Amino acid sequence: MSATAMLLPATKYTASGAFAQGWQWLTDPVNWQGPMGVPTRVLEQLGYTGLTLVISLVIAVPVGLYVGHTGRGRAIIIALAGMLRALPTLGVMTLFALIATSTLSLMPAIWSLVLLAVPPIVSATYAGISSVERDLVDAARSMGMTEPQILFGVEVPNGLIVMLGGFRSAVLQVVSTVAVVALLGLGGLGRYIIDGLAVQDYGQVLGGAVVIAGLAIALDGLLVLAQRLIVSPGLQRSAAPTQVSAPQAQLAEPAPTR
Amino acid sequence: MDWFLANLPQVLNLTGYHLIQSVVPLVLSVIIAIPLAQLARLNKAVGATILSVGSLLYTIPSLALFVILPSILGTKILDFANIIVALTIYAVALLVRSTLDALNSVERTIRESATAMGYRPLQRFLTVDLPLSIPVLFAGLRVISVSNISLVTVGSLLGIPSLGFFFTDGLQRNFPTEIVVGIVITLILALLMDVLLVLLQRLLTPWLRASKASPQTMEVIA
Repeated sequence: MSATAMLLPATKYTASGAFAQGWQWLTDPVNWQGPMGVPTRVLEQLGYTGLTLVISLVIAVPVGLYVGHTGRGRAIIIALAGMLRALPTLGVMTLFALIATSTLSLMPAIWSLVLLAVPPIVSATYAGISSVERDLVDAARSMGMTEPQILFGVEVPNGLIVMLGGFRSAVLQVVSTVAVVALLGLGGLGRYIIDGLAVQDYGQVLGGAVVIAGLAIALDGLLVLAQRLIVSPGLQRSAAPTQVSAPQAQLAEPAPTR
Repeated sequence: MDWFLANLPQVLNLTGYHLIQSVVPLVLSVIIAIPLAQLARLNKAVGATILSVGSLLYTIPSLALFVILPSILGTKILDFANIIVALTIYAVALLVRSTLDALNSVERTIRESATAMGYRPLQRFLTVDLPLSIPVLFAGLRVISVSNISLVTVGSLLGIPSLGFFFTDGLQRNFPTEIVVGIVITLILALLMDVLLVLLQRLLTPWLRASKASPQTMEVIA
């Protein structure tokens, strides 16, 4: 861990004061290239986030769809999600890392992040499906649609606003918490904070923190944009599903986990 | 268990620090969020600004905010104040939104009858609008309480004492027992706080229990 800190070409500060040093660190070209530069760290951060989200979505969306469509196991899901939410990710992460054979391996950290992301995604999927008006579902059923057709042709498109809102907060939670994996000696933007604190380089700490915050805000903005593109325009005018949206919902491509 | 008993003083000490850092933001956020929500309700433009600033601040990851705040507040990196201010910011951002929803959901007729009965605006807000929004307010508080208790542990990365110390220390010493003890106590703390909030909410909303009983009475009468 300390080896990485040593290798980092340190910015020579001419300024004093945390803000000025943070700015100097951010504008120093040395920090924007090589395996420890900001672009590499951003890619690492996004890579960990992406891997976590793919695993979490594969686990959580089917469960959420099943519970939302059938209404079975609702109480268990709500109780389990509440319990998992109270679990401190930092604790789970360190525990997984110790139990695993090698402290430096990536997967223990990823699994602890999956544990963080699954409950909100399950709840969001479930909430999205159950936010669809029952009349709409009954109408679809009486028109002879099969259960999978109802789920993917009516319930998913109509519940997408609620679902994507929940996904968005899950993504943010993961990308924020990924900064913590630096504690385990892994990469990502958290490195700047952990390494900077270790050598009392507060310019690096502050610069790194600003990049982390900037990345999270940019990602959130992109997700809002994606949300607008994915959700059927007929549903965006009003938050509540209306009768008008039913035919549109049938025409819309089934888009469960994009 | 042996380790837990041998280190009981330290466990209690850190639990105390942990509680201070997670409960103070909860109290502060209620004090700050209620006036802000009322302000947002009265003025649409101000409200939109408050909400968007809130969601922007809420987006900033905790670890980043913990280390950015010292240079803004002039605190030391090891001060509790950093954690408390950061968690208060998150809590206010969340609570303003839910309080606003709660205040908006108070029926117009109730408000009008209060006015007709001679309630002044402030009196009406404090004795009619606010009590009626308590259930929504507490739903928000319970979410915040759980996430605060988990987030406080992140402060241990900066060396701020909390139950998170057991995680970083356990990792360094390659000692899983210590981490498990830390996780279990954190979970118990979250559970206790949740129970406490539910009890407090019951205490503050006696009419909800009364109205829950009334449908049955109605059925009996019918």
